[in-house]
Formats: sequence, C-alpha cells, structure tokens
Amino acid sequence: MPAPRFVETPTVRRRLGRERLARMLFGVMVSLMLLPLLIIVSYLIYKGAPLISWEFLTTNPLKGMTQGGIWSALLGTLWLVVVSLAFSAPIGVLAAVYLNEYARDNWFTRIVNLAVLNLAGVPSIVHALFGLGAFVLFFEMGRSILAAAMTLAVMTMPVVITSTREALAAVPMSFREACWNVGATRWQTIRRIVLPNSISGILTGVILEVSRKAGETVPIMFTGAVFYRKIAEGDLFAYSLNDQCMALSMHLYTVTTQVTGAPEGLPFAVATVLVGCILLLNSTAIGFRAWLRSRKKW
Amino acid sequence: MTTTLELPSASSARIPAPQPAGGASSVSVRPKISVEHLRLRYGGKEVLHGISFDIAPNQIFAIIGPAQSGKTSLLRCINRTIEFNPDARLSGEIRVDDEDIQRMRNVYELRRKVGMVAPLPVGLPLTIYENVAFAPRAAGVRRKSELDRLIEKCLRQAALWDEVKDRLDSLGTKLSGGQQQRLTIARALSHQPEILCLDEFSIAIDPVTTMRIEDVLKELQRDMTIILVTNLVQQARRLASQTMFLWNGDIVELGANEVMFSDTPKDRRTYDYVNGIFG
Repeated sequence: MPAPRFVETPTVRRRLGRERLARMLFGVMVSLMLLPLLIIVSYLIYKGAPLISWEFLTTNPLKGMTQGGIWSALLGTLWLVVVSLAFSAPIGVLAAVYLNEYARDNWFTRIVNLAVLNLAGVPSIVHALFGLGAFVLFFEMGRSILAAAMTLAVMTMPVVITSTREALAAVPMSFREACWNVGATRWQTIRRIVLPNSISGILTGVILEVSRKAGETVPIMFTGAVFYRKIAEGDLFAYSLNDQCMALSMHLYTVTTQVTGAPEGLPFAVATVLVGCILLLNSTAIGFRAWLRSRKKW
Repeated sequence: MTTTLELPSASSARIPAPQPAGGASSVSVRPKISVEHLRLRYGGKEVLHGISFDIAPNQIFAIIGPAQSGKTSLLRCINRTIEFNPDARLSGEIRVDDEDIQRMRNVYELRRKVGMVAPLPVGLPLTIYENVAFAPRAAGVRRKSELDRLIEKCLRQAALWDEVKDRLDSLGTKLSGGQQQRLTIARALSHQPEILCLDEFSIAIDPVTTMRIEDVLKELQRDMTIILVTNLVQQARRLASQTMFLWNGDIVELGANEVMFSDTPKDRRTYDYVNGIFG
C-alpha cells in the first residue's frame, strides 16, 4: 500500500502557520536579549582597547590616576576574590551538604532555607554596613583586604549554598537509596557517591558566584578598598591581608566620577579589563565543567 | 511464643496454613522475621492496616498482590529504609531473629543483614568491581584477596560473572538494564545477608536469565531467608514454599503454596487473583 500523501488541509496549514509564528517569537526574544550584551561589550572594547596594553595592566596609576596603568587595582580585585573564595567556598559547600543530605524536613530546616534564599536578596549596601560594623569595627580588623573579602564572602555564601544544593540534588535519589540499602552510612554515601558525582556542578557554581562578586563596589568601598595605593609592580604578593587595596570596580568609579583630566578611553579600558576578568573566570568554570562532565559516570 | 526444634523434614508448610494430610500441625520453628500489627501511614494515608505474619528461616516467602497494595513499603519497613521518608509513621512491631528492629541501635547492622534488591536496577556510578565491593568496604573489609573472592562469588550467584569477568573495571552504569539488575542482586549479596528481599527483581531481565537466577535462589535458601515480592504469580508458585496475598494493605490470605495455588484456597479472592479472573 502506498503511503498516504501529505495533504495540506486548512487545519494543517493553520497549525503550521502557528508553529512558524511561535518559533519566530521565541527567536526574536533571544536576539532582544543578546542585543544589549553585544552593544555593551563591543562599545567597551571599541573605546577601551586602544589603551589596553601589557604595560597598562602591570603599572601603577600615575599622576592622580590620569596616566599609568591599573596594576594595583587589578591585583586588589584578584586578592579580594581569592580570599573571599577561601571563606565562602568551604563554609557554603559544607553547609549545603548538611542541608541537602542530613537535615530532616522540619520547620527549622524550612526556616533556614527561607533565610538562605532571602539572604541572597539582601542589597549590597546592607552587606557593606554589616561588614563595616562586624568585621572592620567589632572584630577590629580595620579597613583591610581581610575585612572586605569576608564581607564579600558573607554576600556570596547564600548563593553558593543554593547552587551547591542544586548540584547535590541532581544526583539521583536512587543512588543514595542503593547505598543505604547495603548498610552504608550517610557519610559513606556522600563521600563515595554523592560528592564525586556533583563536584563539577558544585565547583562551577562556586566560581560563577564568586566571579559575579568580583564587580561589587559598595561593600568593599566601606570595608577595605581605597582610591589610590601604590604597590610593588609585578609582585603578586604586593598586598597583605591587613592592607587596604585598590579594586577594579572601585577604580572604575573613581576614574569616571572623581578624576578630571583622564584620557577619555580610560574608564572604558578599566571596564573592559573588569569584564574580561569575569569572563575569564566564567569560561574557566565552564571549561572545567565540560572536562568533568566528560568523565561523568552515568 | 513457643519454640521447638527444627525438624529436618518439616519442610514448607507452617502456620497458619493447614498442613497437608499427615503433617504434624503443631510443628513450628522460630521465625526469622515476625511482624505484629504493623501499621504504616504516609501522612494521612494508611498503606498497611495492622498486618501480622511470620516468616520461617531458610525458605522462599513470596508476596503477591496488585500495585499499591503495600508490598514495597513492607520491605522498606523490614530494613528500616522507610525512615528516609519523613512522612512515614509506623506502629506495631517487626522482629528479626527475635530482636525488635525499631529498638536496634545499629541500623547499619540491620541493613547488612537484610539484602534488598529494588525493582528498577541501579548501577552505582562506580566500576563493576566497586559496585559489588561497596558494601563490604563500607563494612570494613579491606583485604584485596578477600574482596576479590567475595566479588567473584556474588557475581557468580547473580549469574553475571561470565559476562563481566573480563571487564570488572568498566562502569556499572554502562551495563544493560538486565545486567544492571543482576549487578544489583550481586550487590545485595555482597554484604552476606541473612535475609534477601527481592522486589520485582525480574521485570528488567529476560526469561532465560530469570530462570538462571531462580535456580540460584533455590540454592540460596539453604543459607538465607528469601522474601520475594513479585507480580508474576507463576514465579511465586514455582519458587516459594509459602505465599502471602497482600491487597490494599491487608493480608487476604497467607498459606503454603499447595493451598494458595490449589483450586480451594481459603479466600475466593486468592483463587481469582491467582487465576487471573480478578476484577
């Protein structure tokens, strides 16, 4: 029997028309979303690229920040990110493991979950004041990299917890049950099965959240970042934890609003470097995830 | 509860089923598992309505019944994995070797004593070797030679050894569904349980392999007590010495297979279910 031929009845035609329409609508939305991003990035690069050079990245700002480079700001941001990572990653990840693997579903856990979600939505200025009050004044750290990084860590922790929990929840429940059925403890299950299979998601989440915080300005402004500071050029350890530092985000604010006589492209160049740093971190995270995924076992 | 010595010849039939003609009706052995008035509810919904029964050691005990009748929940009560369901509320008593499992302090000991095979195969994301070695390692077995021996034994018992012996280092999750199910059985045997619970073990396995595993089960009942939950009435008939028909959280009938699968079981519903007239 020959296959029935495709007949284009009015109903079919209408359905196909709708299909085309829906597809177009969604496609247009994607381009609307991409458009601002493309414009921003290309404008930044167009304006800022001429100023960016190796020298720009590795020399201190000079002459009231109208000349020279951004070395001390770049290194400051790097320090802040790394130190805050050192606090937020272990605490956040371990807390998430507790909440996801151990905590029973009761009112206390629910309140903690709610608190974590809400904490992620607290405005950065509130975190800034908290950091100022708690770390700078109460714990007498003074305005320093340590205080600023810990403020950033407090800001990051809720989102690290959330992203880690998502990664943990992606490990099928049946794996855990299979382990419990053979008499494994929760910890044995977590160590042998849950963590090895969620580590890629956990690390990616942590890196993404931390990199997002690299651009924060207000919290570090209150707790440890300064307008200007001269450090040894080319030395990665030119800062110490008790030092105040410059930071890219803060530097961008300074050269845009406070400095007169800077070349027109300078703010764009600083912004390009900042965005570039974040992009670099994110692509590291994505590359890392891809590598771990390729070794995934189910 | 009175206990008397186990007679070698007192094979299958036991309380509460009437003995076949000539059997000594008072003979009873100490039950391996004894369930008293077990009630289980999830939130507001009660799934087991106070059931009581005994399972004698070294036999295959089948549980049949339609979906949602509480078979899997019952198994999960026996190894206390039901506790991972925060809604589950349990009353009544389950005794394993005359010990109340609710009061057991070392629940991991209990779970090692009760091997559990879930209906859907779960290969852990480890190598085949590590899948089977997981439980012994968790229990503290470290010696490589001992592990090797144990793993070969378990994989042989699960009728999987010949297919995987050359690739023990490949991933358990890459095996086919039926192979993964046999891997699950090997894993359940790896902690050398005294009780083996099989929950619909054969739904992912082809008939030939099923027969091979059934033969293994017949062998294994010399060493352990086997609880077989199955939708295949004929499988219960082939393997078990006693069968329990569970329906909507109640025991409709529990008896020796000669009675359960005869033309005259005590309850009409048993006959209908077994013969496929149900409904």
